[in-house]
Amino acid sequence: MTATQGRVRPRAIGTPLDRLDGRAKVTGSARYAYEQPVGEPVYLHAVQATVARGRITGIDTEAAAAVPGVLAVLTHRNAPRLADTRDAELAVLQSDAVAFRGQFVGGVVATTSEAARYAASLVRTTYDTQPHDSVLRPDRDDLYAPESVNGGFATDTEQGDVEAALASAAVTVDQTYTTAMNHNNPMEPHTTVAVWNDGELTLYESTQGVHMVRSQVAPLFGLQPDEVHVVSPFVGGGFGSKGTPHAPVVLAAMAARLVPGRAVRFALTRPQMFFVAGYRTPTVQHIRLGADRGGRLTAISVDAVSQTSRIKEFAEQTAVAARMMYAAPHRRTTHRLARLDVPVPSWMRAPGECPGMFAAEVAMDELAEACGLDPVELRIRNEPATDPETGRPFSSRNLVACLREGARRIGWERREQAPRSRREAGHLVGLGVAASVYPVFWMPGSSATVRAGAGGRYTVSIGAADLGTGTWTALAQIAADALEVPVERVELRIGDTAFPPASVAGGSSGITAWGSAVVHAARRLRETYGNAPPDGAEATGETGDNPATERFAMYAFGAQFAEVRVDEETGEVRVPRLVGVFAAGCVINPKTARSQLVGGMTMGLSMALHEESHVDGRLGQVANHDLAEYHIAANADVGDIDVSWIDEDDPHVNPMGSKGIGEIGIVGTAAAVANAAHNATGVRVRDLPITLDKLLGDPGAGNGPAVRRR
Amino acid sequence: MKPFAYRRADDVAAAVALLSQDRHAVFLGGGTNLVDHLRLGVATPDTLVDVSRLPLDRIEELPGGGLRVGATVRNSDLAADPLVRQRYPVLSQALLSGASGQLRNAATTAGNLLQRTRCVYFQDVTTACNKRDPGSGCSALGGYQRYHAILGASPECTATHPSDMAVAMAALDAVVQVVGPDGERAVPIGDFHRLPGDRPHHDTVLGHGDLVTAVDLPPLPETVRSRYRKVRDRASYAFALVSVAAALDVRDGVVADVRIALGGVAHKPWRASLAEQELRGAPATEDSFRRAAEAELAAAQPVDGNAFKVPLARNTLVATLRELTGGTPR
Ligand SMILES: Cc1cc2nc3c(=O)[nH]c(=O)nc-3n(C[C@H](O)[C@H](O)[C@H](O)COP(=O)(O)OP(=O)(O)OC[C@H]3O[C@@H](n4cnc5c(N)ncnc54)[C@H](O)[C@@H]3O)c2cc1C
Repeated sequence: MTATQGRVRPRAIGTPLDRLDGRAKVTGSARYAYEQPVGEPVYLHAVQATVARGRITGIDTEAAAAVPGVLAVLTHRNAPRLADTRDAELAVLQSDAVAFRGQFVGGVVATTSEAARYAASLVRTTYDTQPHDSVLRPDRDDLYAPESVNGGFATDTEQGDVEAALASAAVTVDQTYTTAMNHNNPMEPHTTVAVWNDGELTLYESTQGVHMVRSQVAPLFGLQPDEVHVVSPFVGGGFGSKGTPHAPVVLAAMAARLVPGRAVRFALTRPQMFFVAGYRTPTVQHIRLGADRGGRLTAISVDAVSQTSRIKEFAEQTAVAARMMYAAPHRRTTHRLARLDVPVPSWMRAPGECPGMFAAEVAMDELAEACGLDPVELRIRNEPATDPETGRPFSSRNLVACLREGARRIGWERREQAPRSRREAGHLVGLGVAASVYPVFWMPGSSATVRAGAGGRYTVSIGAADLGTGTWTALAQIAADALEVPVERVELRIGDTAFPPASVAGGSSGITAWGSAVVHAARRLRETYGNAPPDGAEATGETGDNPATERFAMYAFGAQFAEVRVDEETGEVRVPRLVGVFAAGCVINPKTARSQLVGGMTMGLSMALHEESHVDGRLGQVANHDLAEYHIAANADVGDIDVSWIDEDDPHVNPMGSKGIGEIGIVGTAAAVANAAHNATGVRVRDLPITLDKLLGDPGAGNGPAVRRR
Repeated sequence: MKPFAYRRADDVAAAVALLSQDRHAVFLGGGTNLVDHLRLGVATPDTLVDVSRLPLDRIEELPGGGLRVGATVRNSDLAADPLVRQRYPVLSQALLSGASGQLRNAATTAGNLLQRTRCVYFQDVTTACNKRDPGSGCSALGGYQRYHAILGASPECTATHPSDMAVAMAALDAVVQVVGPDGERAVPIGDFHRLPGDRPHHDTVLGHGDLVTAVDLPPLPETVRSRYRKVRDRASYAFALVSVAAALDVRDGVVADVRIALGGVAHKPWRASLAEQELRGAPATEDSFRRAAEAELAAAQPVDGNAFKVPLARNTLVATLRELTGGTPR
């Protein structure tokens, strides 16, 4: 063991330090990718396909080229040939084939963004259109099993005899749940400023990982990694959509090649973010639970279906959480994919766990109802002693403590077991609960350099990312404690490939992986130079390996509670209260951590009530592709969010004892809201989002108004 | 966005003259709708004639107790006006339920009346739309129609009018003052917006060069109570799925007068005259309200995905009337 040897003694760690970059951000001096000073930039606007599948037969750029200020019009005919086209999503403008509506088929470079956008609208493209298939239906006969699912997990698992266990179970739940297609929509759109100088490419990029961009972009252009420089000091959110390069950065780099020495600025418009920046696949999950009369699970079966694109596979790991969450001797999970003519799905905050735990935790609520048990008690009864899948002990598992504390905070004792029991001023009121979980990933591959300066100051460099979440602050706290100096004496440098390589900010692993490397570097410096290193003394450390990952199952847990009010006459759903209690190891900075968890739960609320990309199957595109029509929770939708965590000491995960909190906040929220809505109204919504029509009852569907019974 | 010329008119006559000379010129108010359309390519004018600074920014009392609202009065100012809040709470509430604070600060009275549908196909120039491109077809039919009409639609167009303010004005029998190339005229609000029929590209009866200068609000008897209720997919900053503007005058338990308009259900603010007929002279009871709502909605023709709007409109109307009679919400 290297990195986890010995715990860092917390001094700055655990204190609610204000964001070190806060002032720069509120005064506007923190520069995001688009704002980097790059001399006299030119502007790029993309041209998108208007058919969902086919071949380009003609592309007329004359009118576009004639617009004053236009410098170049890119199409598949004149675009630079890429050296590597194996990743079809990144093989931009390499052929006349159209694989989904909205795919890039060209781009215009001009001296102003207005001229580029106007000229792009004048490019006329004709197509030989082929029939397309863009809507996920679970009953198709060409669903297939991917080789593995996202994260490298097995596609299918089976332990025991699920069918027999279900057949003999005293109580069963057998339901199908669906989650909607969601688009990440970070506040800052996907942005690249690209410039070529002497055959080298510099990218000012809004990304979750500068080194990851470098390693993926370099081979496309036949470059060595060190010929690509990526700079990304501040990022306005990504939620996974900036975790891996998508087509925009490639288009920008190509466009910049046509104007060497000049920087090309490119930002997606909000509507374009619904086509080329990844999204969360819709899911269809068939869940079967078998239990004894006391609610003890005997069988868990989850069959998950999601979509992928025809050109590149992405397999959402929807059912993985069900493999380890609760004890049950007989268990089975499967993942199947429909290959469609759609944009490439990708990561969105807690891929897998987020949609998977919606279905699983609503199913648990249904089981509690069927057994006549309190849903909190049901979960406690099914608490496993060891990881049911691997048999390993958990490095720490405090779900029960979270459930108990959350129940206390929301006033769970006020909950009536029977639905439709509480009515206040024209509203039906209910409470619901769901569990949260997120794995602790050990992400190798980061290194950090610590350099001693004058006056006991230290510079800590690592190519880490701050997505707006607090890396600038939390990593400085870790470095300070590892060096045993006050935070003021640490100068952090991140977000640049000029610094040592860092793993991507994904899988909630950032702070733990980068922090481990920083701690290692600090210890090396101390080992070599002692407590008063000479000016310029330097040491580098790595994340290294953690053999404990072989011995323990490592997860963060949480419990979420919701209070829901439903207008009896209109079906409008409001959530005045959410309570989240988490067990996520050592919390590095309670202030930024709280923001992360509140943010995750807010996004979960948004998923529960609002977010839905409606695919128009005839066109093969998301119909509501802007933020006026694709609803995200507004301030008025968010009531009181009470976030807390329990003290958890996990000696196995890493030198800080931290578990990662970027994603767990969104896991379970939607289920807690759906379960509370059921407790309020007696209507079981199994399809996200929970819009008012589902509670009102669609008379066309013949099930009558469900909210108001008269 | 297509390049365009920008002119600012100094007075009403000049504004009308500028448009009369140029078939491809349009008026610009606060720009919160039009500028989006310029960006999206939905509107492609050659010239913008900025009328937002014309001296039409006053709210004046009319003889008899009504109000004249100037065309360039900002939505936020109109909503906050003490006389509006006192005499026409329904209008103030409708305005405040629309858009966001920032948008309301910019949006004008005329621009709000003339804002165009939010139909996703209308706003996407890569799809067919009879309203944007006459004769090209209607993509909404058979597509995403959650926000579309249940009353008065045509096979050419199922779009709805998105304004909240206009729904309140329809219930208040407002009158739109217009100056056009042929002089002045007054258009009752009920005749101002059109049903789509076979010419959905005409939202209103205005012709090219017609400038809205004011909206007149007739007086309401003091015994009338009014209210706006908007039901939407999130708690704020969303267009109405269904909205109800109602003004109710109950004397001795009997409905002496009532005006109702529905939003989110039709190509224009929908004056519910059948419901009003049913209610006048009837006891102000839950049963009467329900019968009235059902009378109005009997003709409803929901499309795929919006059938829920029929019970939603019924329930919302009943609840709004009940609240106006002082009944607490149930
Ligand atoms: C995200 C978003 C959410 C919104 N939500 C709501 C909502 O919930 N409810 C709601 O009601 N509205 C909503 N709105 C719409 C908003 O109310 C309108 O955009 C606004 O009222 C338009 O006013 P404006 O002055 O900006 O008009 P402009 O955009 O300037 O003009 C709109 C139209 O009016 C014409 N015009 C302007 N002035 C005159 C005149 N004097 N005479 C003749 N023609 C004229 C213009 O030529 C143009 O066709 C929303 C808008 C946005 C962007």
